[in-house]
Amino acid sequence: MYGSRLRSLSAATVVTLITGYCLAAFVAPMDADQGFMQKIFYLHVPMAIVALGGFVFGGICAIMHLRTDDAKWDLRSYVAIHISVILGVGVLLTGAIWAKASWGHWWVWDEPTLVSFLIVFLLYATYTPLRFSIEDREKQARYASVFAITAGAFVPLNFLAVRAATSLVHPRTFDSADNLPGAMRTAFLVCFLGMVLLYVLLWRYEMAHKNTVAQLRSLKRKLAGDDGLRSRRSAAPELQV
Amino acid sequence: MITAASNTLPDNAGYVAAAYLVFLALLVVYVGIMAYKLMRVERDVVELNRLADAERPGTGEPDTARASEEATSV
Repeated sequence: MYGSRLRSLSAATVVTLITGYCLAAFVAPMDADQGFMQKIFYLHVPMAIVALGGFVFGGICAIMHLRTDDAKWDLRSYVAIHISVILGVGVLLTGAIWAKASWGHWWVWDEPTLVSFLIVFLLYATYTPLRFSIEDREKQARYASVFAITAGAFVPLNFLAVRAATSLVHPRTFDSADNLPGAMRTAFLVCFLGMVLLYVLLWRYEMAHKNTVAQLRSLKRKLAGDDGLRSRRSAAPELQV
Repeated sequence: MITAASNTLPDNAGYVAAAYLVFLALLVVYVGIMAYKLMRVERDVVELNRLADAERPGTGEPDTARASEEATSV
């Protein structure tokens, strides 16, 4: 049951996020180079890491789907990717705002970190249309899983390639140098934990919703027979309860 | 007072506020979509209730009416 303990998870998410952003605003010191605008870091970076982690999680669920042939794993993969795409939109928008404030441009095309994230985002933006284009449910689930695994494997490879590349302007925060000291690190870690909790919360909300819809469809089928259900094309996986 | 407060704000505070507002707006849109989906689930439940009542003749209308009333009062 995905709906269980949602209330406590919601409370924990809200408390952690508020604590994290209060720490970022009032406790973490001003950045010597960027000043106040560096506060976007506490939102942008955790969101980017969690979005990329979510894509990898979607790939892992897709592996499980292909191994077990259980539609539940396909649904988990679908929801994981869906939430990550939403966070990806947030990453691109907050990144563009930060870039404008910091570099004077909304977007810098010769910066590997930005362009690589955009490529990953656009790759996953095709996931839902791909699913929608396949009418047969079994084929849809299988093809989507193959896509999620391939794209999921691309995420860490892409990350490593970007780290290895010579960066022009985008800073490297977590490298060998200790360039996120004391209160900044604490604030970042709390914000990151809050973002992870938010991802898990949204994932569970959506899983609970999809599960409830599947239960309702099953009930309708039992009460009204197959006539009671209009078969409609959808990108979302359909659970058979 | 607002002018005094804005004078004390650090440089580029607008960009920082915009970034956090974007995040907030995304969450609000997501919650709005989920609320719409919840409405559809609610409609399905009402329809199922009606179907269940129709399955058991004699207990039809009053149960549905009561269930709808309970649903709206929650």
